[in-house]
This record gives sequence, C-alpha cells and structure tokens, in this order.
Amino acid sequence: MVLDILSWIFLVAGGLLGIIGGIGIHRFPDFFTRLHAAGTTDTLCAALILIGLGLQSGLTLASFKLVLIFAFILFTSPTASHALANAALHGGLEPLLDDAEEEAGS
Amino acid sequence: MMYTAAALAILITMGLALARALLGPTVYDRILSVNMFGTKTVLLIAVFAFLSGQTDILDIALVYALINFIGVVAVLKLIEQGNFFTSGEKDEREVESE
Repeated sequence: MVLDILSWIFLVAGGLLGIIGGIGIHRFPDFFTRLHAAGTTDTLCAALILIGLGLQSGLTLASFKLVLIFAFILFTSPTASHALANAALHGGLEPLLDDAEEEAGS
Repeated sequence: MMYTAAALAILITMGLALARALLGPTVYDRILSVNMFGTKTVLLIAVFAFLSGQTDILDIALVYALINFIGVVAVLKLIEQGNFFTSGEKDEREVESE
C-alpha cells in the first residue's frame, strides 16, 4: 500500500515537472534559457517517472530495464543539451544578455 | 489510474514541445523540442508498458532513448557543417585561413 502511494507521488511529480519544462520552453525569451528549462526538467522528469514505475515492478527484469533506461537518459540528455548549446554558439547564436524589454526599448 | 495520469501529463508536455517546434524561431529551438519530444516518448512507452502490463516493450523505450540521442547529434552535425560526409576539422581550418 505504501509502495502505491510512493509511486503515485513519484509519477505525479514527474508528470508535473515535465509540464513545467514544457511551459518553461514557451515562457523563456531566448534559446539558451529554453535549453536550460528543457534540459534540466528532461532528466529529472525521466528520473522521477522511472523511479515511480520501478517501485511498482519491484525487483524484476522490468525494473532492471528501467534502471538501464534511466542510466542512458542520465548520460545522453545532458550530453545532447551540451552539443546543442555548443552548436548554437558555434552557429553564431548570441545569448540574450541584457533584459528583453530593455533591448526592445533601446 | 496513476499510469493514465502520468501518461496524460507526458502527452501534454509532448504537445507543448511540438508547439515550440512549430513556433521556434531558430532551428536550434526545433532540435531542442524534438529532443525533448524524444525523451518524453521514451517515458510514454515506459508508462504504457506498465499500463498494459506487458513489460517486454521496455526494450523499445531503451532503443528509442539511444536512437533519439544519435538523431539529435546527427542533425547538429548536419546543421553545423551543411553535410554529412566532410569531417569537422577541414572546415575549421578553411574558416580560420580566410
């Protein structure tokens, strides 16, 4: 019973975090801030949801696969975000340093 | 019941990511949202595996996580160098020599 409540909490927290990441992608003014929003919530939302699912399956082959999926996401997601930021900077995309309103005003 | 809640949340996030992919001004926004869409697909497959009880399809989620990463890196290489066949170093030297 406790496990069900725990996995409920993990799953709902992971889902909410994902939605927050999705909203963050729309709210932020500049590419690099969006990358920050998407990058961090991606990994943690995956972690929470996979842990929530792992609690449900206990110590079976399924939970081992979940651990593997989490390990791959843990390594590939930040790397992809880094490669993306690197390519964006190399491609000449300047990060928005001062405030967007000021820039629009001046 | 909780699986449907988690699946719904993931679907909403995927919708938001798709919206950013369509709206995104720069091409890097589009890659970012496709990358986010990919990792959310992995989670959706995992949640669906538990929703339907067949945990064998977790392998698909595993493979999709890898392919998603490789796809993102491949598209980045394509954008940075305009093609797939040249290796990176030559272009850098050409750029510096100009």
